[in-house]
Amino acid sequence: MKLHLKIWRQKDADSEGKLADYTIDNINPHMSFLEMLDHLNETLILTGGDPVEFDHDCREGICGQCGVMINGIAHGPLKNITTCQLHMREFKDGENILIEPFRTEAFPVRKDLKVDRSAFDRIISSGGFISVNTGQAPEANTTRVTHQITEAAFDAATCIGCGACVATCKNGSAVLFTAAKIAQLSILPQGQEERATRVVNMIQQMDEEGFGHCSNTEACQVECPQGISVLHIARMNYEYNRVRLLKR
Amino acid sequence: MRLDAKIPEGPLQDKWSAYKRTAKLVNPANRKKLEVIIIGTGLAGSSVAASLGEMGYNVSSFCFQDTPRRAHSVAAQGGVNAAKNYKNDGDSIYRMFADTIKGGDFRSREANVYRMAECSVNLIDQAVAQGVPFGREYGGYLNNRSFGGVQVSRTFYSRGQTGQQLLLGAYQALMRQVGKGTVKLYARHEMLDVVLIDGKARGVIVRNLDTGEIERHAAHAVVLATGGYGKIYFLSTLAMGCNGSAIWRAHKKGSLMASPSWIQIHPTSLPQSGDYQSKLTLMSESLRNDGRIWVPLKANDPRKPNDIPEEERDYYLERRYPAFGNLAPRDISSRAAKERIDAGFGIGPLKNAVYLDFARSIQEQGQEKIREKYGNLFEMYLKITGYDAYQEPMMISPSAHFSMGGLWVDYELMTTIPGLFALGEANFADHGANRLGANSLLQASVDGYFIAPYTISNYLADEVKTGKISTQHPAFQEAEDQVRSQIRQLIDIKGNRTVDDYHRTLGKILYEYCGLARTEQGLKLAIEQIGALRQDFYKNVSVPGNGDQMNSELEKAGRVADYLELGELMCYDAFTRNESCGAHFREEYQTADGEARRNDAEFQFISAWEWNGKNAAPILHKEPLIFETIKPTVRSYK
Repeated sequence: MKLHLKIWRQKDADSEGKLADYTIDNINPHMSFLEMLDHLNETLILTGGDPVEFDHDCREGICGQCGVMINGIAHGPLKNITTCQLHMREFKDGENILIEPFRTEAFPVRKDLKVDRSAFDRIISSGGFISVNTGQAPEANTTRVTHQITEAAFDAATCIGCGACVATCKNGSAVLFTAAKIAQLSILPQGQEERATRVVNMIQQMDEEGFGHCSNTEACQVECPQGISVLHIARMNYEYNRVRLLKR
Repeated sequence: MRLDAKIPEGPLQDKWSAYKRTAKLVNPANRKKLEVIIIGTGLAGSSVAASLGEMGYNVSSFCFQDTPRRAHSVAAQGGVNAAKNYKNDGDSIYRMFADTIKGGDFRSREANVYRMAECSVNLIDQAVAQGVPFGREYGGYLNNRSFGGVQVSRTFYSRGQTGQQLLLGAYQALMRQVGKGTVKLYARHEMLDVVLIDGKARGVIVRNLDTGEIERHAAHAVVLATGGYGKIYFLSTLAMGCNGSAIWRAHKKGSLMASPSWIQIHPTSLPQSGDYQSKLTLMSESLRNDGRIWVPLKANDPRKPNDIPEEERDYYLERRYPAFGNLAPRDISSRAAKERIDAGFGIGPLKNAVYLDFARSIQEQGQEKIREKYGNLFEMYLKITGYDAYQEPMMISPSAHFSMGGLWVDYELMTTIPGLFALGEANFADHGANRLGANSLLQASVDGYFIAPYTISNYLADEVKTGKISTQHPAFQEAEDQVRSQIRQLIDIKGNRTVDDYHRTLGKILYEYCGLARTEQGLKLAIEQIGALRQDFYKNVSVPGNGDQMNSELEKAGRVADYLELGELMCYDAFTRNESCGAHFREEYQTADGEARRNDAEFQFISAWEWNGKNAAPILHKEPLIFETIKPTVRSYK
């Protein structure tokens, strides 16, 4: 396969970026999207060019480190996958592909396609946990959790923190990420003690990081590689309003 | 050098409590004066950082990823073992200990393994309290499944994402401490050297991967929880960034490296399909609970798998190991697959795979039940290969996975450098020559939550009067200069071969000569070839850009430079061990029916290697293995 790539190049967070054109040949349709970028980089290195920086690690869709906008879509055209799981068989010979970083105010570009998503860490740090020190835990089976509750908690907990939801949201909102963690911990019996403080603190931190508000377009759910449901956002809003009502 | 494992006296089951009873303590008021550096934020790193932070120590935590949650523990699929005996099927701490010792082919320390089994019980409690959503039965109690090499169900799981859920539990505990200020977090920082002052580990040199800045960090103790080095084979189940550089650089500063050639080749990964590939994705071993492994009875059978009738299939694991069948341990399953593939019965476009078939389980249990257990794995398979495993068998193949070898540590998980600890996969301790499934998440977690907090405190108790360590000490200057000169050296070569090219070549040599099967002749050849490749690397590698900026190629070059030395040591290790045990299969030492032949009389020891400079052969030290409780027998799964 032959492809025409337009890739966002940016030296560092303070520099201006621009799109650069590359044409590459000999792309095997079974290559993953990131292997295609590896191939481009090897070619660039051997011809004295500057390889493209992009984030990646596990290359099996679970670490959440990879992620680019491909023709304007987070993680590319297929549903429920990360960029590393996308394969070149989804593209046509001679196709033009536009590759950009996950753009949003709260994710400054570090270089080329790499962005800084540490805002997510600070949201978790503000309350995305159950406060239990090592050694404090009771015998595991004393906390009974029904099959249904566990499965529901798991569905929320499966978030990989890639940021596709934010990148795809026209408001640059991080509510799907934040809500998934709030939902997981607020429906489990172990998470009840901190249910009120958690939702308040996490939402406050999310706002401080410069993420936008949610206007219910549900685009985040469409692009989420883990298929996290927007119903968690409803749960987050419920938890938040519950705290406000109880305060009165 | 005399290797003292410092195993406490007394009966096996009392050793750990005896240690804890007598370990030195640090007064809570003194803890914040003591600094600990932790490299790596996987299960071992996150859990020890969080635990020490909770205790009040002054902790700094480093990872090369952009957030701690991405460490490769996240990718472990199947589960975590614990001797809870919730299934009432005869499990116990002793049984788990015995399974692990046998699984490791009698090449691990009894005391360490027993302690791991003992602490497994607490780990499940801790994880549940953190909100880890383990699979539950309808009554609300925890559920279990089986893994290879055992006959009980002791594996706890979160669908096929157990590693992710356990890691997120540890990550959240870590981030809670970051929020409280007890742990300082340095993401996108890579450790490039350990700093020794008066023979003790006193800090590290790290590179900020975003800016290229070289930084000095001092502490009273340094913990390496940097995972395994299976990525040395290039094609492996590991993440692209997984590396052996932290432990290798510690090795060059004086930490012995134990059993480096004991690498687990996992039987169920996706097969290689071409030269462009960057990794081989793992399909969890848990699939072998319900999947049956087979190849056609006829070599080069052109038919589609579903068209091959039952009587023309060879379920070779069930045939060779009737007692354990498809749940035979990993080393044995991988070797059995290789035997069939080499004999010409492999399937797939490159004839390098075997079938993993769910037809019978789907027929018996229904597709919904199978989806509930393994849904995400079937989806992953579909995404990567484009095939639907509900309709036809998966194609799987062995791939480099886990390093049982690692830094030699004593019972306290301290390396031969005082104050330098190694946890989780970075050490060699608990798995012997073959790790059992679902024991790696366990080992990483218990090292971090339940063992290191005691043993590090015991060490730090003598450091209360030391005072703050200064990064102005000449040892820091020297280490920093060395790091800078290595970076300059790599960039100045400006050759014509990419780093990945060298890494791929090294991987091919290791798969060929130091993989599933090894021979004296092959290992000799490999040592020569790796030496030549390393020389070529320092002449012809091409690292673009410079060191004062983000530079992924430079990061990779440093790691591959280390792999080119570590790979050679692996071959030395395999070359000198004239026996077969676990994952180490020397073709010269096998039984008539092709099973591993151990030599306890001569090789019942751990090989611990000392670095002897760039141009000299490494020095071998031996830690004898003493079995007081279990008598080593021929390991049989028949």
